[in-house]
Amino acid sequence: MRHTLSVLVQNKPGVLARTASLFSRRGYNIESLTVGVTENENVSRMTIVVTGDDTVVEQVTKQLNKLIEVIKVSDLTKESYVDRELVLIKVTADGSNRAEIIQLVDVFRARIVDVATKSLIVEVTGDEGKNAALVAMLKQFGIKEIARTGMLALGRGPKVIQSDKD
Amino acid sequence: MNLSGAKAVLKSLEHEHVDTIFGIPGGVIIPIYDELYQQDAITHYLMRHEQAAAHAADGYARATGKVGVCMATSGPGATNLVTGIATAYMDSVPIVAITGQVTTDLIGNDAFQEADITGITQPVTKHNYLIRDASEIPQVIKEAFHIASTGRPGPVLVDIPKDVQTAITRFDYPKKVYLPGYQPTYEGHLGQIKRAAKAILEAHRPVIYVGGGAKISGASEEVRALAEAILAPVTMTLMGMGVLPAEHPLSLGMLGMHGTRYANYAVTESDLIIAIGARFDDRVTGKIASFAPNAKIIHIDIDPAEIGKNVRVDIPIVGDVKRVLQKLMPMLKQTRTGEWMEKVERWKREYPLEFEETGLKPQFVVREISKLCPDAVVCTEVGQHQMWAAQYFSHRHPRNFISSGGLGTMGYGFPASIGAKIGRPDETVFDLAGDGSFTMNCQELATAVAYDVQVKVAIFNNGYLGMVRQWQELFYDRRYSATKLSEINFVKLADAFGAHGIRVDSPNEVAPAIKEALAVPKPVIIDFRVEPEECVWPMVPAGAALNEILDAKSRKV
Repeated sequence: MRHTLSVLVQNKPGVLARTASLFSRRGYNIESLTVGVTENENVSRMTIVVTGDDTVVEQVTKQLNKLIEVIKVSDLTKESYVDRELVLIKVTADGSNRAEIIQLVDVFRARIVDVATKSLIVEVTGDEGKNAALVAMLKQFGIKEIARTGMLALGRGPKVIQSDKD
Repeated sequence: MNLSGAKAVLKSLEHEHVDTIFGIPGGVIIPIYDELYQQDAITHYLMRHEQAAAHAADGYARATGKVGVCMATSGPGATNLVTGIATAYMDSVPIVAITGQVTTDLIGNDAFQEADITGITQPVTKHNYLIRDASEIPQVIKEAFHIASTGRPGPVLVDIPKDVQTAITRFDYPKKVYLPGYQPTYEGHLGQIKRAAKAILEAHRPVIYVGGGAKISGASEEVRALAEAILAPVTMTLMGMGVLPAEHPLSLGMLGMHGTRYANYAVTESDLIIAIGARFDDRVTGKIASFAPNAKIIHIDIDPAEIGKNVRVDIPIVGDVKRVLQKLMPMLKQTRTGEWMEKVERWKREYPLEFEETGLKPQFVVREISKLCPDAVVCTEVGQHQMWAAQYFSHRHPRNFISSGGLGTMGYGFPASIGAKIGRPDETVFDLAGDGSFTMNCQELATAVAYDVQVKVAIFNNGYLGMVRQWQELFYDRRYSATKLSEINFVKLADAFGAHGIRVDSPNEVAPAIKEALAVPKPVIIDFRVEPEECVWPMVPAGAALNEILDAKSRKV
């Protein structure tokens, strides 16, 4: 099963390397990992998507918690949450199919962010299902390149995951 | 107060009450060594290999309970520490390793003697630091000692570039550490402790399984009290030897691959395993699916990540084992009949540890050492002799058995014994060694002689890498690939370094040689020329269940 972990860490050099290497050395698979500073500049939030059964994810969580710079680990999958990924897709496009692509992009509430004679870049933000559907639809035109941010996520509602102190 | 980074390092160490450092200098750590030269509070022991410096710090830490400190230069100095750091990490030993690093402007340029030691040691340290500004030194050293010695202890490495050592900084030693992500749990959850008490009261065949955590926590008294209160047998891992004295009637000695038959039988038939500061290592459990198949498991450990890692646990208790046991005790009473202990006693009588007393047997040598110096601190290397040391030495004290359990580092014991002897100078310290292991760090004879550290080394010289040979005999049709060792004259070796050497060929020379070793005021090597093809029994083959035990009778002749 897929789990989305929200991990608050101290914003220090080396934290990303420490976290990423923990996954490889313990044999856990990361599907995606994003990191960025939070409302508190001393704290960064990592959003890590991992697959594994509950025991594996429990071990991942415990091992993450053992890292000195990790402040808090929450498994968002246990509650209701919003997750989003931004994907840039460079599609083969010329006069013959450009309009069709633009129409498709509109349906997905995505955007065209670059136009050239033989290609377009589409920017889409969404959860995994939506992004996968758009990519599947665009395949017929020929996808040249894809870049993804990795999944970002926050729990729904007023509840927050914060470092206890700062 | 303004001072150099190097001086700030030493001042910080003084604040942490460090009086002993094991190390070797080199190009980029000269400023710190220059400060060492100009002070008396800290004694530095010059080792002959950085690996040995890390092991000596580790042996010092295990023998005393204090944080051990080792020091090395950048690049090869630092990478040589790695095996020692990994050894300490696997056995939860508090050491702080301080390394020099190339100047900050050269970091990342593949400079002379540059190695990314924080990157390299990341998976084998509890935490590590690369200091980029001299002002961070006091804070980092404070944190390093705090992290190394609290919670589940472990090694911390502090890497200090040369220009940081020479920069001038304000020195103010912090009183507190601020580590929001590091708050070990010491007090066990009361509800869980109550559940554990209930399970103990209901159990018919409980077994207490004790690991190194009980030593670290100083819980010997509590373990003994628990065992006596509920009349449960106690088995110990290699790391837990000595927590309950071997001669205690409830002691079953070691369990696992080379554990006693009765310990392994007791675990297999148990209906309640009380795991105390142990981590269900594969050498202990054998085949996981058959480990204590009918038992509930109570697991008390300070590291939550150990709980449920290898086996399913019914009642987890995260906390310091001493404190948890103190809370648990008042909830217990003796409810069982003597039936279970009678059964265990029967196994003990039926399947004692034994060996055939012909020729010079290593087990006999261990027993003689145990008889003549029962209160000695015993360090070991790794292999057959290590198992015989665990089995046949009558361990009495928790901090007197020092061995590389998790990583299984050959070459550990001798430098560790030097560290242990420096930490506890008034006690007899033995290194029980194989001829293979001993030569992996025998250069430290120079250190022992230079500082007159009078450790006694007993080499179980069988001319083989014995444990591998045993596996080759049992599982590889005696194809002794790369296990025969060439002859070394250890008496001459001792002599060359200025130590004292004794050679022993027959059983009747054993006791006199040990007495001589104790009497000679020098580091001593006794070269026991033991039976070359002796095996360690009993043995549970890797991957087999704990009750599938081989012994001397299963040997193909």
